[in-house]
Amino acid sequence: MNENIFKQDEKALFPLRRLYRSYGYLPFKMNKFEEYDFYLQNKEFLVSDRVITFNDTDGKLLALKPDVTLSIVKNSKDIPGFKQKVYYDENVYRVSGSTHRFREILQTGVECIGDIDLYDLFEAISLAAQSLRVISERYVLQISHLGILSSLLKQASNNDTFILKASKCIAEKNTHDLQKLCLEYEISDEETCNLCSFVGIYGDRKSVLTRLEPLCKTSEAKEALDVLKALSELLDKTSYSSSIFFDFSIVNDMSYYNGIVFKGFLEGICQGVLSGGQYDNLLRRMNRRSGAVGFALYLDLLEDLPAESDPFDVDVVLLYDETVSVSDLAERASLLTADGKSVSAQKVVPEKLRYRSLIDLRKES
Amino acid sequence: MINVALPKGRLGEKVYAMFEKAGYECPSIKEVNRKLVFENEEKRIRYFWVKPSDVSIYVERGAADIGVAGKDILLEYRPDVYELLDLNIGKCCMAVAAPKDFYDNGVRTLKVATKFSNIARTYYNGLGREIDIIHLNGSIELAPILGLSDVIVDIVETGATLRENNLEVFETIVPISARLIANKTGFQFKTKEIEAVARKLGEMIQP
Repeated sequence: MNENIFKQDEKALFPLRRLYRSYGYLPFKMNKFEEYDFYLQNKEFLVSDRVITFNDTDGKLLALKPDVTLSIVKNSKDIPGFKQKVYYDENVYRVSGSTHRFREILQTGVECIGDIDLYDLFEAISLAAQSLRVISERYVLQISHLGILSSLLKQASNNDTFILKASKCIAEKNTHDLQKLCLEYEISDEETCNLCSFVGIYGDRKSVLTRLEPLCKTSEAKEALDVLKALSELLDKTSYSSSIFFDFSIVNDMSYYNGIVFKGFLEGICQGVLSGGQYDNLLRRMNRRSGAVGFALYLDLLEDLPAESDPFDVDVVLLYDETVSVSDLAERASLLTADGKSVSAQKVVPEKLRYRSLIDLRKES
Repeated sequence: MINVALPKGRLGEKVYAMFEKAGYECPSIKEVNRKLVFENEEKRIRYFWVKPSDVSIYVERGAADIGVAGKDILLEYRPDVYELLDLNIGKCCMAVAAPKDFYDNGVRTLKVATKFSNIARTYYNGLGREIDIIHLNGSIELAPILGLSDVIVDIVETGATLRENNLEVFETIVPISARLIANKTGFQFKTKEIEAVARKLGEMIQP
């Protein structure tokens, strides 16, 4: 089949489904709508608190789902030792950052919810890297650990405003404003220096781990460093190891995520196409005992991938009029399509149609 | 090849001079013509001049790998980019200014004329002050003179325009200077090249 008839997102979907199925992730199909009340209760976990609402026939207020993870978490169970592994490809409805208007966004992803351990973290990262590789050979997966970030920030200050502003600077790799901020909040020279050097620690995993070691002084940070070391060793043995780096500018929402977080980039797409991490905090906030890790891949962004465009809309234009018998026309069209050619039967050549060849059946008749 | 968005005008010329001194010269940029894109194949660098307020858009959307934008633009539009350096040039401040005899009794809604609605909103939200933002695109100083607004939120360089119009700075909101910004995806794939540019420019920054 001609690959060009598939859009980039459609091309990616089938191998991704195959990939997730091969690791035992089962499809999760959900309703397009959820009760608005559900999102209202969990609005701090949504990317945007604006959702499209409407009344059901019984007057109940429903919403077009702006998020998939919340619905999956809601339907999962806390059973010791049990892990629910699901994948999805669903449309979500969110306000786009650039246009400030609602958009339908196709996203796919996996969620592993339950009694998760180091293997599950590795599996999520591994699936994220392989998902990117399915789409393009030029990809990068950046991993961070919020335990290290939160420990360093808490060591410097307990002031929530400082932590928020400093996290923003770290996300921007912005040492100059971070220094000014530390000065403003009277952070000690040593802590300022630690935070600023933390911004500069990114790249090759081995060198990052060596440079990170002296900064990890608290038990929380040491524990997080051990997780990163263990993951890095596991990743060393994979074929995609060289595309995975550590970068602590990935500062996802700390009320949602807690441990590892990661972001995937594809060359040619101006923003991250994959985002995920460990989100035990979300489950705690929903009074759940389980842990969870997962990621989403924003398929709508794949439109921006460079693709070979066909210089023609159709292979053959078949021109006919009332002098041409319909059975001749049908037979000719059938022969051409059987030969693998696309055909457009027309009475006049459409003005902007790009075609390879033209067969004028009027002359033949 | 690194694509660089430079802000048109005096600031952009200063910025290009820094790039040139750092070893990223592109002689064709100094030719007088109507070209928009200038390239030095040998140095693997391509420059283009854009409106200062558009630099962050070019960088955020990946048309440029790096660019130089004022902190005012970054605070107003909040692009999702890395902010790698404070170049310490183009220095000024974002301030609240008003007629010299203005007194804010805090009772009624404060009318604020500005080009920088987000910065003004964030600043007054922080103070818990209710405001009515009047978004203008130019000649902001005119607004309080004609009674359109009580105060203005705008960039102040020397303060000469304010003085000539009988206005004065009431509060400084934030100091402004030019920043080197980078696209987040571009940075992943051209890390060494972008780091080299940032390092060399960093060596030239005057305190």
